[in-house]
Amino acid sequence: MTKFVQVCLNGLTLGSLYALIALGYTLVYGVLRFINFAHSDVVTIGAWMAFVFAGILGWAGTDSPLIAMPVILMLSMAVCAALGFTIERLAYRPLRRAPRLNVLITAIGVSLLLQNAGQLKWIFGTQPQAMPKLLSEQALFTLAGVKVPVVDVVVVVLAFVLLVALQWLVFRTRLGQAMRAVSFDERTAALMGVNVDMVVSYTFMIGSALAAAGGMIYGLKYGSLLQSADSVWVLLGLKAFVAAVVGGIGNVRGAVAGAFLIAFIEMFGAAYRSPQMRDVYVFGILIAVLILKPGGLLGKATVEKV
Amino acid sequence: MTAATAPALEADRLSIAFGGLKAVAELSLRVPARGLYGLIGPNGAGKTTVFNLLTGVYRPDSGEIRLAGTTVNGLRPNQIARAGLARTFQNIRLFGELNVLDNVRVAAAVRARSGLFRSLLRTPLYLAEEAAIVERSHELLDVLGIAHRAGEQAKSLPYGDQRRLEIARALATEPKVLLLDEPVAGMNTPEKKAMRSLIQSLRERFDVAILLIEHDMGLVMDICEHITVLDHGVTIATGEPAAVQNDPAVIEAYLGVPEGQAAIPDDDAEVT
Amino acid sequence: MKTLAERIAAHRPGLLRAIGGSAWPIALGFLFAYLMQTVLAPAVGDFYGKMMLDVGIAIVLGVSLNIVNGYGGQFSIGHAGFMAVGGYVAAAIVFYGSIKLWGSKDIHGGFLGPGELLLVTGCLVGGGFAALAGLVVGLPSLRLRGDYLAIVTLGFGEIVRVLLQQTDDVVMDPRKVEAASPIDLADNLGGALGFFGAPRYLDPKNPFWIWLFVVVVLLVAYRLKTSSRGRQLLAVRENEVAAEAVGVPTTRVKVSAFVLSAFFAGIGGGLYAHELGNSLRPTDLGFQKSIDLVIIVVLGGMGSITGVVVAATALTILPEVFREFSEYRMICYALALVLMMILRPQGLFGLRELWELAPWRKVFRRGGR
Repeated sequence: MTKFVQVCLNGLTLGSLYALIALGYTLVYGVLRFINFAHSDVVTIGAWMAFVFAGILGWAGTDSPLIAMPVILMLSMAVCAALGFTIERLAYRPLRRAPRLNVLITAIGVSLLLQNAGQLKWIFGTQPQAMPKLLSEQALFTLAGVKVPVVDVVVVVLAFVLLVALQWLVFRTRLGQAMRAVSFDERTAALMGVNVDMVVSYTFMIGSALAAAGGMIYGLKYGSLLQSADSVWVLLGLKAFVAAVVGGIGNVRGAVAGAFLIAFIEMFGAAYRSPQMRDVYVFGILIAVLILKPGGLLGKATVEKV
Repeated sequence: MTAATAPALEADRLSIAFGGLKAVAELSLRVPARGLYGLIGPNGAGKTTVFNLLTGVYRPDSGEIRLAGTTVNGLRPNQIARAGLARTFQNIRLFGELNVLDNVRVAAAVRARSGLFRSLLRTPLYLAEEAAIVERSHELLDVLGIAHRAGEQAKSLPYGDQRRLEIARALATEPKVLLLDEPVAGMNTPEKKAMRSLIQSLRERFDVAILLIEHDMGLVMDICEHITVLDHGVTIATGEPAAVQNDPAVIEAYLGVPEGQAAIPDDDAEVT
Repeated sequence: MKTLAERIAAHRPGLLRAIGGSAWPIALGFLFAYLMQTVLAPAVGDFYGKMMLDVGIAIVLGVSLNIVNGYGGQFSIGHAGFMAVGGYVAAAIVFYGSIKLWGSKDIHGGFLGPGELLLVTGCLVGGGFAALAGLVVGLPSLRLRGDYLAIVTLGFGEIVRVLLQQTDDVVMDPRKVEAASPIDLADNLGGALGFFGAPRYLDPKNPFWIWLFVVVVLLVAYRLKTSSRGRQLLAVRENEVAAEAVGVPTTRVKVSAFVLSAFFAGIGGGLYAHELGNSLRPTDLGFQKSIDLVIIVVLGGMGSITGVVVAATALTILPEVFREFSEYRMICYALALVLMMILRPQGLFGLRELWELAPWRKVFRRGGR
């Protein structure tokens, strides 16, 4: 029973993390119909920026004030939003009308650029670093014999708050309306007076800010930051992407549902079957979904117009 | 009914709906061998949807499609093409980066027996077929009047030649029935005239029946032996040109929209 | 107009033309590889010799990836996964096979000797396994829209890496190997440490098989590109709906290309595993390797064989020349990818081959048609 609750807790925190990252993929896909391969690197940079800011602000020690976490989170999200804006402006916007393949290659190029630039001595370096303990390691409460640490609670609450905020943004604001319009039909949206460029810019900024939150949460939860080109980051982003596809890419609620599904299968598989095979489960699900329901669990299959 | 006497193409009460909207309802056609059949109707009448049904891009909700007496329902588009149904597209779809000759060769290769392995080994059969494909492709370009452009990139051709290339490519598959989707759209009068005599000559030359979608009423009335008029997916008239022309339902359908709009194809903008 | 079937009889090639049309490049390829072995290899020394081996393998891998990414317009970013499948299968066959046949894992026989024939068998079987993997991965994903293939191949590469890391240590003791059945040994591939000990048949003095496979893959790629059947693949890339409408079985064409590409990637992996100085570890054949290959294809030209040969050569040699700037290597590649897509999306050469480029064109036109 204790093990079961522990696994559920792990699934819940991991799912929250995946959801934050998956939303970035899904938002961009919804608006521009392409897979933003560089998204996982924005996550990495978000995590590293949190590390850098903690150092600058002198909160790298053990007894950082309560305010440290939200301040660093805000700063990191702001930097990544700016980064997302820049990437879209410089690399993707010139290719808005280009074949999808070219955009995909560009995205891979941007991804490689971020990974390898991050490794330079005067940026983050090639050494892994320990993420400062901004949150207490103590258990907040005990549930069925499982100690629930503050980090996990913060992770889940933060993810929940951001998801609700995003939901509100997409379905209740003018910007969200414009995003949905562009997603539905870019050309018509433009004719109706929607500023498509602006909507795309905002989409990238929002997605990248969520990625920064995801990256920081990852650092807080797992404690260490590997160098920016490490395959751990690629894999993290990839699994979040799988979550987005499984849920139905382009669908905000689908991304969240897919994230929790993937996280629970991964965690239960690791706990009750073989822990080394957790990546295999995730990609197994991806392939199964692609064969059985290519549009994703909550998505619609699309037919190309002839 | 045997294949010899069966019509080249026969559609029997075809229907399809998209999300509750009936795009085509109970459509029936009979295109005899070497026949020239016209399908007309105002914009949005469902003409291209009919082509997509016949060529297997969409699956009909009900009804049957027979090609020379054989049912082809449920086959994939490439299987239907092999069975002898070829088409052109309203919004031209060429293999843009390939040259003109290769566009035709790709289609002609559909009738070749040598597959991937023979192609890689270059067996005698492959060599013979390849030479025949090239010869036939050149002749097709010649018939369509674009032989001088054989080496040019397809996407660099002028608009009218792109339409001709699409027809050459469709004929390369050795079809029994050719579906032409607005072959004279966007052409000027001399071009239209040339295309008209070309279409008429194809039947003899290639022993092929033609089903034509066209906005240009003059052309359809002139060359087609039989016409079906669609409006909102429903067949409102069918018969010989003269009879259809005077049908009150047809006149009403066409007068319902301004004359100019009916004559202008709606997606010229997409053509590059 | 006469149909194709009615025309074939008139074009039946004579015996001479049939042989001339199909066999001479193969003979020439043998001669080329033989000359590389006997004339060039002794002349260039070990440093440049090793570099040439790497160039040859990069060409095999780059040209094979070009079949899917360039001709087919599909996007595989897990090519190293197929390379790993081929490499490990070949290494296992050659290593354990040597022990079982000759009682020792060492190089057996000289040039074109029995040991080298085992190597070729290993490479071909490795290619076969890679092709099978290509079928398994390609069938579901090639029926879907293009960018899913990128993800699935990436995932496939990761799965191969994880599975290889779970394998047990290589059995070094010849007596144990002789006692074990091949099935038992299938799990002894070295795990995360890598498969060490495979005999290194390919060294700077002995490059014959690499160059022979280079010629084979070039020939296959060229014949694919110039045959009508192969052009169907390009047609699918250009316009899938139209290709389907003229009778091209698009799914089958795409899957065949994918399988063919995986086959040669597997052979490339087999060659890589037996080249002196290479290590065969799961991480060596991971995502990074796949990306290196994608860069070769994208920079060289999506669909150009000679373009890929040039890019494979340049991208193998340049990092050696600019060794002191190695930390900037990937940054330069990344920038090159992005700039290339914005400024010249078809790659340096596009679909064209070296001899079709502008300055040569005039010369050839005058001579030819």
